[in-house]
Amino acid sequence: MRAVENAVNVTIPKNARIIRNLLHGAQFQHDHLVHFYHLHALDWVDIVSALKADPVKTAALSDNLSNASVGGAVYFKAVQQRLQTFVDSGQLGPFSNAYWGHPEYKLPPEANLMASAHYIEALKLQARTARLHAIFGGKNPHPQSLVVGGITSVNDLSPERIAEFLYLWKETQEFIKNVYIPDLLAVASFYKDWGAIGGTTNFMAWGEFPLTEKEPDSLFMPRGVIMKRDMAGVAMSQQEKVTEHVTHAWYEEGKARHPFEGETKPKHGDYQPGGKYSWFKAPRYDGVSCEVGPLARVLVAYAKGHAGIKALVDGTLKKLDIPVTALFSTLGRTAARGLETVAIGDAMEGWLNELIENVKNGDTKTYQSWTMPDKGMGYGLNDVPRGSLGHWIQIENKKIKNYQYVVPSTWNFGPRCEKGFRGPVEEALIGTPIADPKRPIEVLRTVHSFDPCVACGVHIIDPASNEVYKIRVT
Amino acid sequence: MENEKAFFDKLEQKGVSRRDFMKYCTFLTATMGLSSSFVPKVAEVFAAPKERPPVIWLHFGECTGCSEALLRSQYPYVDDLLLELLSMEYHETIMAAAGDQAEEQLHNAVKKYGGKFICIVEGAVATKFDGAYGKVGGKTFLQIAKDICPKAAAVIAMGTCAAYGGIQAAAPNPGGYVGVGEAIGIKTLNITGCPPNPLNFVGTIVNYLLLGKLPALDSLGRPLFAFGKTIHDQCQRRSHFENNEFVLEFGSKEAEMGYCLYKVGCKGPDTYNNCPTAKFNDGTSWPVQAGHPCIGCSEPAFWDKMTPFYEPS
Repeated sequence: MRAVENAVNVTIPKNARIIRNLLHGAQFQHDHLVHFYHLHALDWVDIVSALKADPVKTAALSDNLSNASVGGAVYFKAVQQRLQTFVDSGQLGPFSNAYWGHPEYKLPPEANLMASAHYIEALKLQARTARLHAIFGGKNPHPQSLVVGGITSVNDLSPERIAEFLYLWKETQEFIKNVYIPDLLAVASFYKDWGAIGGTTNFMAWGEFPLTEKEPDSLFMPRGVIMKRDMAGVAMSQQEKVTEHVTHAWYEEGKARHPFEGETKPKHGDYQPGGKYSWFKAPRYDGVSCEVGPLARVLVAYAKGHAGIKALVDGTLKKLDIPVTALFSTLGRTAARGLETVAIGDAMEGWLNELIENVKNGDTKTYQSWTMPDKGMGYGLNDVPRGSLGHWIQIENKKIKNYQYVVPSTWNFGPRCEKGFRGPVEEALIGTPIADPKRPIEVLRTVHSFDPCVACGVHIIDPASNEVYKIRVT
Repeated sequence: MENEKAFFDKLEQKGVSRRDFMKYCTFLTATMGLSSSFVPKVAEVFAAPKERPPVIWLHFGECTGCSEALLRSQYPYVDDLLLELLSMEYHETIMAAAGDQAEEQLHNAVKKYGGKFICIVEGAVATKFDGAYGKVGGKTFLQIAKDICPKAAAVIAMGTCAAYGGIQAAAPNPGGYVGVGEAIGIKTLNITGCPPNPLNFVGTIVNYLLLGKLPALDSLGRPLFAFGKTIHDQCQRRSHFENNEFVLEFGSKEAEMGYCLYKVGCKGPDTYNNCPTAKFNDGTSWPVQAGHPCIGCSEPAFWDKMTPFYEPS
């Protein structure tokens, strides 16, 4: 949408910008919550161990750690009973055949029960949080009110719709602050060694949430790039410096290309460790790989002195008693995701108030008309929950001549570049201690910490036997 | 019934009153096209399932939006679906197992529940180059579909991709993507949409649990209870169509008046689905209510046949 708007040279009205920010903010709240509890927590939380917990002690732990609105011994006993009934049924469903009982699970049974209870609470909450999208977007997933020039949901700029949004936003943000963040800190306190595992070197963010028409100046989460972990040297990232390499990807041979000149000519093949081995192209910024996503955004914001992010990060480091260098890790990545959710969720309240003021003042404009030029070029740079997302379009004869996008998981999971240097996830996995190569939970922790948008292939070599294990990460 | 009492007690704890629940069951029963005498039976399916039917959910060429849609189910919330209603034996996104253990789980489940499990397919199947464009665990989607689907009691294609190919199959379709039924020559029950409404999935499953069979289908394999009428015939803006009151541009006075979207490309007249009555996300809204034309996402080849999206058909 932004790429086309850039190409046809249209500026969207204020209400449209705010509603897009609100929809996108809701996406962060929703995605990060679901990622933490349903796609990542079970790498750290042993749900089977929760059956051994003492509900009374769990209640005490929960009261001590979190401000969850649900709790108490009766509640935790009921959750434990529900899990027990489930296990006794002999149908373990989605919990079948996992790494339960693995020695790398470090939480005591009570913490496991607390986290398991919150897994279920979050599962319910996220269905309600998704309604935020439906209010101004018609449905979720795949909201459908965005058009080039603005948004279509002008009839939803009504007091009752705004109030509905406010109520659901509040319910979600309270859960994020009172449950998600305390759970994140509680789990992290048992896994501080992960502050030295799974880090990468370079970080890039396009930034997100334009607070005025001016980009990148007004972006709430700033745009920037950090090379070699040098926070002081944070610079503005520029789309001109992006290229994609295909040497190790299943595409026809070609030079590294900027997305405006990008080609997509698939050439399937078998897995060749030294040759082509991925459907991902290898995106590079100024010739090097960059991690994108929550950690990149938080580091860029921190380095640029973003007051809200700085306070959240410093507070967390202090609570966990870990140094700032621990951010460059799997733990740092998972923590950054939670912290930016707080910052973005809090900012949404201000955006909603701005929307209310506008509507109160009689401004209901949600769309700016435009005409399709014969020729044009444009790009749209966003940061979505998983990371930096860029779209590039070329228009000719009023039609798309070329369209390329470079998405977060391509940045993070892309293969080696033409010079043979690794992508971020490959780099992050180097040196990961693996207690049991047949049950490599440690690999899952790092891979899942990137929130992959793919069922990706990972291969592990056991240095003792030199045996290659293929591990599919779901 | 003791179970039923326990069930309603549990619902109360969750802040759902018996009245709310019965209201939902009435709505669901109506959605499924059953008479009101079925309401108590529908309620019973949720309260006391005799056994949880095993489900194997396969992911092929897709965006996981259909799984995400299922996660948005309310009444029953997805925790109830997963812990009490169904036995989700294999689902790559939500299962805790990974790698070899995930593969092993799939094969154990197929072996244990052969002929009994419901196979749900999300995503299209690549057929060119022997399916080389899509693999899981070293096997092509095509191989997996051929191996697993025929062993199921029923195959449900969840979403337009699994049913008819979806966006992967849009021209020029470099991977030769097709729906799973066409890929392996079987009949599937198709719950279409991009993504489908979880209510239509739940309705289908409840029908199965209640009557022991799958619901009646249209000629494209879609349950008639959900896909028996066009969007246009159920649309709240229909009277504007009849009165010749059209939106000609977004952001116009006519758009603010909630006029008919046909002339900005609405494909409601050519699209069969229950979006206007079922709506999405607990009845919050649907695209036309949000001022956007229907793009025909529950129809075969909609990326080719329904485009340009913003021009009348």
